[in-house]
Amino acid sequence: MSGGVVRGLIVPGKPHPLLAADRCAPWAALRASFDRLRDELAQVEADVLLLYSTQWLSVIGHQVQADPGPEWVHVDPEWHEFGSIPYRLRMDADFATAYRDAATARGLHARTVAYRGFPVDTGTVVALQLLDPERRLPACVVSCNMYADRGETLVLGKAAADALRAQGKRAVAVAVTSLSNRYHVDVVAPEDDRISSLKDDEWNRKLLELLGEGRLEDCSQLAREFSAQANGDQKMKALWWLAAAMGQHNRYTGRVLDYQPVYGTGAAIVDLVPSAGAAGALEYDEEDTDYYVGDREVLAGGAATTTAPVPAACAVAAPGVVRASGAPEPVGAYPHARRVGDLLFLSGVGPRQAGSDAIPGGPVRGPDGEARDYDVRAQTEAVIANVEAVLEAAGSSLAKVIDVTVFLIDMDRDFETFNAVYREHFETVQASRTTIAIDALPTPIAVEFKVVAAAG
Amino acid sequence: MSGRIVSGVLAPHPPHLVYAENPPQNEPRSEGGWEELRWGYERLRRNLARKEFDVIVVHSPHWKTVVGHHFLGVPEFSGLSVDPVFPNLFRYRYDLQVDVELAEAMHDAARDAGLVAKMMRNPDFRVDYGTLTACHLAHPAWDKPIVAVSSNSDYHYFSDDYGQEQMLALGRATRHAIEATGRRALLLASNSLSHRHFTVEPAVPEDMSHEHVYSHNGYLWDMRVLQMMREGRTRDLLEAMPDFIDQSVSEAREGCLTWMLGAMDFPDYPAEVHAYGSVIGTGNAVVEWDPERACGEVPA
Repeated sequence: MSGGVVRGLIVPGKPHPLLAADRCAPWAALRASFDRLRDELAQVEADVLLLYSTQWLSVIGHQVQADPGPEWVHVDPEWHEFGSIPYRLRMDADFATAYRDAATARGLHARTVAYRGFPVDTGTVVALQLLDPERRLPACVVSCNMYADRGETLVLGKAAADALRAQGKRAVAVAVTSLSNRYHVDVVAPEDDRISSLKDDEWNRKLLELLGEGRLEDCSQLAREFSAQANGDQKMKALWWLAAAMGQHNRYTGRVLDYQPVYGTGAAIVDLVPSAGAAGALEYDEEDTDYYVGDREVLAGGAATTTAPVPAACAVAAPGVVRASGAPEPVGAYPHARRVGDLLFLSGVGPRQAGSDAIPGGPVRGPDGEARDYDVRAQTEAVIANVEAVLEAAGSSLAKVIDVTVFLIDMDRDFETFNAVYREHFETVQASRTTIAIDALPTPIAVEFKVVAAAG
Repeated sequence: MSGRIVSGVLAPHPPHLVYAENPPQNEPRSEGGWEELRWGYERLRRNLARKEFDVIVVHSPHWKTVVGHHFLGVPEFSGLSVDPVFPNLFRYRYDLQVDVELAEAMHDAARDAGLVAKMMRNPDFRVDYGTLTACHLAHPAWDKPIVAVSSNSDYHYFSDDYGQEQMLALGRATRHAIEATGRRALLLASNSLSHRHFTVEPAVPEDMSHEHVYSHNGYLWDMRVLQMMREGRTRDLLEAMPDFIDQSVSEAREGCLTWMLGAMDFPDYPAEVHAYGSVIGTGNAVVEWDPERACGEVPA
């Protein structure tokens, strides 16, 4: 099976359900709901628990925990009187490395951390103690960058999906976050705990109503407003991450297992299962981001995080760089082509359409990673059109192609059709050619060309 | 004899300075870097060597609490501190004593002042790296007990002005407790000035060719508040604090500096700026208010 997120969870990361469940009914209820979810998860076929914790703050990009067995006795800095949490976690170091690489490939600054005694945050420890105390699944945890905006966090979520696909792993993605995050600021007896304001409570309930309908992407797009109104936990970045990791749509069966106060904050447990039959309507009112190019230069008036991925190399006047407005934007830090001497070296060219990124003939897999039928003829035609667009932008043409390397994800299924289309365009060109079968391409496409041509 | 504050120091806590200094407690080793700030701490240590004090009271932004002000209340702590943000730079073994009697007196005084306060009694608690870094840089011998105070951040729900009022009240409570217990205390307010970080790090962290204050605006604010300190205008500084915090993303928002100014009852004599420099974009200064040199003049 191809990799991806098979289940999404939103859980609170405060230590109360773990250490103080006996002190009041709301915390006991949360503990019971955690226990129920733990039992359900034991039946889920997954390879990894993938966590984003709002309590693990980072400054230098994002950090991914890569110590295979972090071990310590944790004490929460605020709730130390509840006691200590001895833990020994089980991390998927291999996946952590893949996640870091996928994030880097999308322009993020990311690194793995594997240091004895690294202070794993309360949210991560609590979530893993309650969801998988037996360590049935290895985990992977990524930090919450305190400066990250929506664009950067979306890219981080997409990188998670990239890494899961690349490794063919099925993940339960867990957003460890509160909803409203306004504590009582005075000492309040546990039995008197309640959401700290009526407004916060109303916003929490609205968000949970949408999540109960499976409308994760709508909630992601509501996150800014929610945070402004209800003091959302770390601007609700966890929702951005979760929605991006799960494909940015509303097609889930949503279930709110619980909603309780934890010392004034809103603590909810939500389960999201991908489902084609659930609410599908989207209200996209915010830009999407595929590639991260650094901090926004607000004072300089520039916005660096863009919908159209602009590789960092754009800022550098590298000699021979070719960018073609008629070709789809690259998905990484590379130009469409590079001229050296009399030769043009094209980056891998796929069938995506310039501007829309639509894939003629359809994608080879859906947003949840499920395989789809596709038309390799249409894809091959689109690839050749894109190759032509790049060549013409460089003052060359199809007729000047010297060498072609072709990548197919399914040689048995697609070679014959691809070969027929190729012949129609290249028979008179007589470029040398190599055709290779591979497992996957970075986007859900079936065919890609790597071309060397004579410059104009 | 009544206790007193022997000096108050704005003592920022970038782990980079400990890393660059290569003390035996720290595991990674560096080629140096951030010398101006480290030389500033050297000058501070020379001044402190001429003083007698019983305890170091430190307020750190990296022990964050929301429900009240917390005080370390266990006599001894030892362990390993790994910076969660810069684990590549700071993995530090510590072994320290706490002046629990003074901590409890501060706790009680804070409560008497109407503040929410709590003692931290869990022996497994890990002392935050901000406290460790500031204490190490100011007095690396670790032969004095400390009192560590958490950084309460409930002001986030209200306003910076509200937070300043709280920290002034905590400062006054600190002074009363020091006087009542007869301690000679060194105060460390461990915050930087402008506090916008770069979000990337050079391959060699101590590569100083990458180091500068994040923005011109941050630098201008840093110089403005440092000039106020040099001129002994701490009440003006308090007036400017909300704008400073807002416009330079200052870590003074965490209240450390205001707490210390409150504890020292707004010193009106010039502070000695031992050093100013940036660390991964944030503006940091080592600044000392020495009551014994209260008659000093502003340097030309």
